Amino acid sequence: MSVELSQDQRAFGEYARRWLKENAPPPPPERLPITPIEVMTIGQRDYLQAWQRKCYDAGLVGADYPKEYGGHGHTGCQRIANQEMNRAGVPFLINIVGLSMAAPTILQHGTEEQKRKFIPGCLSGDEIWCQGFSEPGAGSDLANQRTSAVRDGDEWIINGHKVWTSLGHFARWMILVTRTSKDDKYNGLTYFLCPIEGHPGVRVRPLVKITGETGFNEVFFEDVRVPDANRLDEVGKGWAVAMTTLLSERGASEGAGSGGGRGESAIRDLISLARSTWRNGVLAADDPVTRDAIMQRAIVAEGMRQNAKRARVPALCDHPMRLPLQQKLTGSEFQQGNARLGVEIAGAHSTLYKRDPRAPQAGHWPLAYLNSYGNTIAAGTNEIQRNILGERVLGLPKTK
Amino acid sequence: MTTAKTVSKDFGFGEDEAMLRDMARRMLSERLPMDRLRKLVAEAPEPVYDKGERAPWDTQLWSEIVALGWTGLAVSEAEGGSDISLAGIAGIVEEVGRHALPSPLIPTLMASLVLRAASGEVAGQLLARIAGGATASLAITNDRGSWEPEHAPLIAREEAGALVLHGDARFVQDAFKADFLIASARLGETFVLCAVETDADGLRLEADHIHDLTRDQASAHFQGVRVSDAAVVSRDAASVLRAAWPGLLVLVSADLCGASERLLQTTVEYAKERVQFDRPIGFFQAVKHPLVDAMVEIDRARSLLYYAAAEIDAGIDKAEIAARMAKSAASDAAAFISDRAIQLHGGIGFTWEYGLHIHFKRNLHNQALFGDGVHQRKKLADLLIGPVSTSPNLGRDPAAT
Repeated sequence: MSVELSQDQRAFGEYARRWLKENAPPPPPERLPITPIEVMTIGQRDYLQAWQRKCYDAGLVGADYPKEYGGHGHTGCQRIANQEMNRAGVPFLINIVGLSMAAPTILQHGTEEQKRKFIPGCLSGDEIWCQGFSEPGAGSDLANQRTSAVRDGDEWIINGHKVWTSLGHFARWMILVTRTSKDDKYNGLTYFLCPIEGHPGVRVRPLVKITGETGFNEVFFEDVRVPDANRLDEVGKGWAVAMTTLLSERGASEGAGSGGGRGESAIRDLISLARSTWRNGVLAADDPVTRDAIMQRAIVAEGMRQNAKRARVPALCDHPMRLPLQQKLTGSEFQQGNARLGVEIAGAHSTLYKRDPRAPQAGHWPLAYLNSYGNTIAAGTNEIQRNILGERVLGLPKTK
Repeated sequence: MTTAKTVSKDFGFGEDEAMLRDMARRMLSERLPMDRLRKLVAEAPEPVYDKGERAPWDTQLWSEIVALGWTGLAVSEAEGGSDISLAGIAGIVEEVGRHALPSPLIPTLMASLVLRAASGEVAGQLLARIAGGATASLAITNDRGSWEPEHAPLIAREEAGALVLHGDARFVQDAFKADFLIASARLGETFVLCAVETDADGLRLEADHIHDLTRDQASAHFQGVRVSDAAVVSRDAASVLRAAWPGLLVLVSADLCGASERLLQTTVEYAKERVQFDRPIGFFQAVKHPLVDAMVEIDRARSLLYYAAAEIDAGIDKAEIAARMAKSAASDAAAFISDRAIQLHGGIGFTWEYGLHIHFKRNLHNQALFGDGVHQRKKLADLLIGPVSTSPNLGRDPAAT
């Protein structure tokens, strides 16, 4: 396997760099959240949706998707576009569920008609997607689905309750896992592409996080009718389809485009915070324990960056999934550790929350820390990630 | 070593490097399997721990290693070596750590890196000796356990056209397996680096009693050792040592990574086989999850190790940052898996006979060598945050804005 870039990839990288330099977005009309799953206001949505559309039109989103599905037909270029977008520090792409979950799943399991109908909107961001996997009784035990789908001619009737639905309040579509048979826990599930916005019987209700902000939702289904044409793959194959989605989400595939990364700037932020913050009467940057803690974060950041490089060198990887499957675990704990350290560095000032005019960086650090649990819990809690790594990579006996 | 200032995407680890690594793994797993290692170094604790004998090593295996040319790995082809990149050497040293090979290989590679950094005729002749199978070790650490180039352990005086060395160099690795030492000494306001034969007049090696069973270590007492001009490697020892330092950290990190991966795999295998409460203990998350955490830490250390080696190979000035990150990550990963390996094995892991303690102790020794994680991060903070300010008014006072 060659790890050198192809001519197309090099040219694409240069183009992406140039385009991003010449097309820097205007400042947002209001403060943006840290991640796309916390977009709350219509102002944020409109701004971010316009930005994704612009990146899509420029070819930086959907780079590797076939042209007939709205993509740009390259090979191995999305990774480069993602790197350049990260490096340029531009806003994240809002349609994260569409890009990193719905599109790759539809590409793998969809009919020709479904691919032509749904993937373009995922890539352009014109149609925002949300995910309907988790339920009150189905969290880490994801297969314990209760939301039912019952066949009625050419339609299905759906009843149930989904939770932790990020972007649900803006979503046109949901990737939805339902129970179509009670006889078999895993083979009794079926996957749908379900209309949400304005669809009869669907009710979206905001949930409030420990930060005090909304940003995700619960979604109730009451006799919701969905055409059979919106069923993805076969009846009873829902678990396998959901696994495709989760593998895409957990970073095992390259996705169509993502935000992420930002390791270097995270360390820079911590260092500049320490240089400008008095903590217990001492400049934080002079405190040996703080200095050690920041260096620990810097080592994790560099380690993650080098892990990503090493994952492409088979001779230095003992097991092909060993590094890719660590990404969700290490990435979310990295962010959490950074945020917690930011709070620690700010000392007494860390008590000031976002409305206080004297809060360092407008309360960013306590807000980021409180919010970081979203990522260590969502997409398979980090305890589940450790099970997956222990079982699939180390070969230890299954917990399930 | 190339002069291009970029790190290649495969860390310079191509087919040749992979082949060398795989060859080393095959050879060492055949010649030094676990039961052979246990018989060799840990038949019983009394000889080493009570009677003060030096830990045995396999001199027959060593002569085969010399025949394979491993002493000359870091020596240029012009001087008779094979001039392997540090990336390639790191791969081999990982195997050396994995098999806990008792040998003077790593100290000799360290001396080679220092001699290469020194360059010049004297260094060239010594490198040629090493390529021919001679062994060496560094005598650069003082009684306070400082690794700073300016804290040379010895004092040199000019006497009748020669240098005379006095003082005690501490923590000399595998000194009793070395043909000569590379010693650093203060000479007035400067620092010199000298080659001294281990049987030189006025040099006495006193064995340290150490817990590690896979090496020896000595205090080297210099009592008027005469060094002719032909043995003065450098008259700017501090610069030479600083230039070589990242490479020395890479070698210890590679040893740690190899031994740590071995401890991880050994413990994983045990967790699959050992049954309690009617299940293999690896089923239980109290066992499974720490093993995953150890894997994550080891992978971080390994990625940083290859990155540091590749940066040094590319001649990048700031390679010290990557190397210190690698040593910090490798030391901490080693501490964690060593701890969990014994603990998760339960009582059997605590026994002398089972042998887990061999890699545990080698790791414990290497964690401290050239500075542990805390020490590396202290140096990193100076590089990345800047030195601790001496004035209380440095930095922006948030209250003033």
